[in-house]
Amino acid sequence: MIEFLQALSQYRFLQVALIAALLASVGCGVMGPYVVVKRITFIAGGIAHSVLGGMGLALYFGADPLAGALLAAILAAVLIGWVRLNWHTAEDTLIGALWAIGMAIGILFISRIPGYQADLVSYLFGNILLVPEKELWFMAGLDAVLVLVVALWHRQILAVVFDEEQARLRGLPVTFLYLLLLVLIALTVVLLIHVVGLIMVLALLTLPAAIAGQYVHSLTRMMLIASLLSMFLSTLGLAMSYAPNLPPGPSIVLLTALAYVISSLLTRRGRPA
Amino acid sequence: MNHVIRLQDVSFSYGEMPVLEHVDLAVQEKEFMGVVGPNAGGKSTLLKLILGLLKPQRGRIEVLGDKPENTRHLLGYVSQHPSFTRDFPIDVQRVVELGLVARRDQRGVLGTLLPQRLSDGDRERVMQAMQEVEIAALAKRRIGRLSGGQLQRVLLARALVSDPRILLLDEPTANVDQRAESEIFDLLKRLNERMTILVVSHDIAFVSSYVTRVACINRTLLCHPTTAIDNELIHRLYGEHVSMVSHGH
Repeated sequence: MIEFLQALSQYRFLQVALIAALLASVGCGVMGPYVVVKRITFIAGGIAHSVLGGMGLALYFGADPLAGALLAAILAAVLIGWVRLNWHTAEDTLIGALWAIGMAIGILFISRIPGYQADLVSYLFGNILLVPEKELWFMAGLDAVLVLVVALWHRQILAVVFDEEQARLRGLPVTFLYLLLLVLIALTVVLLIHVVGLIMVLALLTLPAAIAGQYVHSLTRMMLIASLLSMFLSTLGLAMSYAPNLPPGPSIVLLTALAYVISSLLTRRGRPA
Repeated sequence: MNHVIRLQDVSFSYGEMPVLEHVDLAVQEKEFMGVVGPNAGGKSTLLKLILGLLKPQRGRIEVLGDKPENTRHLLGYVSQHPSFTRDFPIDVQRVVELGLVARRDQRGVLGTLLPQRLSDGDRERVMQAMQEVEIAALAKRRIGRLSGGQLQRVLLARALVSDPRILLLDEPTANVDQRAESEIFDLLKRLNERMTILVVSHDIAFVSSYVTRVACINRTLLCHPTTAIDNELIHRLYGEHVSMVSHGH
């Protein structure tokens, strides 16, 4: 740990990595509770994996892969949301198909680029130590959008997340708000790609929120606690992985999963059988 | 006659399966109507048509003199199967507050997307609604820790907080014990002094002792004053021999 702190004071790349982890924590802390209480982890997984298609296409055509990721995430969110709202039968099959198609497109296009393997691994599993400094602004911008939209429309989104039918009866544009929620989740996925990669995005999106949900009974408090918890766990994961030279993404994910298991056991013990 | 709900020759089917056929129904202001009939007879579908959540393939529906989708914000609805899960992290007061979300929808869809904050007047209404259904003491309790009867009262408060002109309830006492059932219907009787009520129930005899009129539905509609429910009607409604057994609660 001391070694990490010394390195942190010396190396710019480590400072950038830490800031990236903290910025990603804000996004997953704010959006994670919606994913958990609405029980749309599978939908979030579909969006996350479709992103690879956008990144592969962007890389192949020489564009910024993050821009490709952003476009693919938003497109996948709208498509999956539309399927969920209008195609009630075989919804899970279609989301599973989009999940696989996105990945297949991504892998195919990335395979056509020389030296693709390094890129592919870093997108799938993330590498927070390689975040370019200029991307911190992009991440901060995504955080600002997420926090602003949620601050402005939390009541309306809560109404839809809690009870879609009643929200519709109250005159809310449920389809728009549901798709907006999925697009915000898509932005969070893009935010988290550098930290843990798109395969492990679900862990950071859901586990801190699920831990928070074991202790507090309001969505806004869940957001606050999930953000702080995510900041703590990702910092600790980064620090613990530094000295033994382990990849930080999986370390953060395993630490978060461990925290979830311990918290579940502790809260379960307090409950009547 | 001052009709607040009017259905004319309404037919509805889910895909190939007809659920309601040639239904004519007129509900007067301040009426307390019970809707009874066998399972899958179309009772819940009737409520969803009145709410504008479903559109009929045939016929015409008017609620408060307009199309259902234009007037549904003036209706309160308690569903039989609410779409939320009991472990949702929300307390009673917040659920009731959600009954006020988008109240400014007279401004159209864009109006509902303006940032919404609860005013002091809104908080007062929430408190009144909770007091009216006697759940004010549970305001800070998480919904997962409520009994079936308490949860029904919370959903009733959420429907009442926007001061609806018509209240629609779908099997409001399906998951509660007999004492809570009587208490909820006593409460509905009081509410009926200021609003029209339509309540779907499987318990034809129990409902008959409260409501002013019964609509019996099994794909088609047979409307009768409560005094006219006899074995012959029940036989026609359920399609087999069923005896009416009087049971007090």
